[in-house]
Amino acid sequence: MSEFTRGLRLWFAPERVREEGDTPDYRFSLANERTFLAWIRTALALIGGGFAVDQFLPGLAWGIRAGLALGLLAAGVLCALRAVNHWVRCERAMRRGEDLPVSRFPALLSLVVAVVALAMVVVVLFGWEGR
Amino acid sequence: MTTGERDPGLQPERTRLAWRRTTLACTVVAVLAVRQALRSGPAGAGMLAVALSLLAWLGFLVVAHRRVTGMGTSRPAPLSPRHALTSAACTVALAVFAVATLF
Repeated sequence: MSEFTRGLRLWFAPERVREEGDTPDYRFSLANERTFLAWIRTALALIGGGFAVDQFLPGLAWGIRAGLALGLLAAGVLCALRAVNHWVRCERAMRRGEDLPVSRFPALLSLVVAVVALAMVVVVLFGWEGR
Repeated sequence: MTTGERDPGLQPERTRLAWRRTTLACTVVAVLAVRQALRSGPAGAGMLAVALSLLAWLGFLVVAHRRVTGMGTSRPAPLSPRHALTSAACTVALAVFAVATLF
């Protein structure tokens, strides 16, 4: 938990990342940046999916539609926040010459996406129409 | 465009294209936000949410542009934490305004 708060402090005083260790090879920094951007794209895709559920599935009952959209949007927010956190932790680990951090997040995200997809299959198969 | 010898693995090039792809994804979300507002008609709160969404999109564009222009050298500096935080904040803002227009 203290590791987490220290990471959180780095978010708001980010210049502190630069203070420790040595600057790694620029190629490693750029690879970390591309990983960060890939996670941001994943977040944007989830958010776009949330909009799409709301706009392109007008036949669904309002509760189901809003629930699916909210789930996708919440996953998008989590994904964006975790992108920054993971980027900061990787950057710090590279500067200190430590192992890169491991994470449970990809498994968690894939479970959420699988649950939403299954919900959609059920909704489409059984025609859960509104009103 | 590049000064000095080029990177044999084209790392700056790949990173620049990654920024472009991400900007494109952000634009798609912004377009969906505008569509949402057009669909629900000109209501005060919805319009405000869309204006703020477009502001977040612009913020993302500015960060991406700065980063892409900074990638012109053969050994670019690492991404600044402020830019990383800003681009993530813009993404979160788009989601928050999406939730606001949902109801």
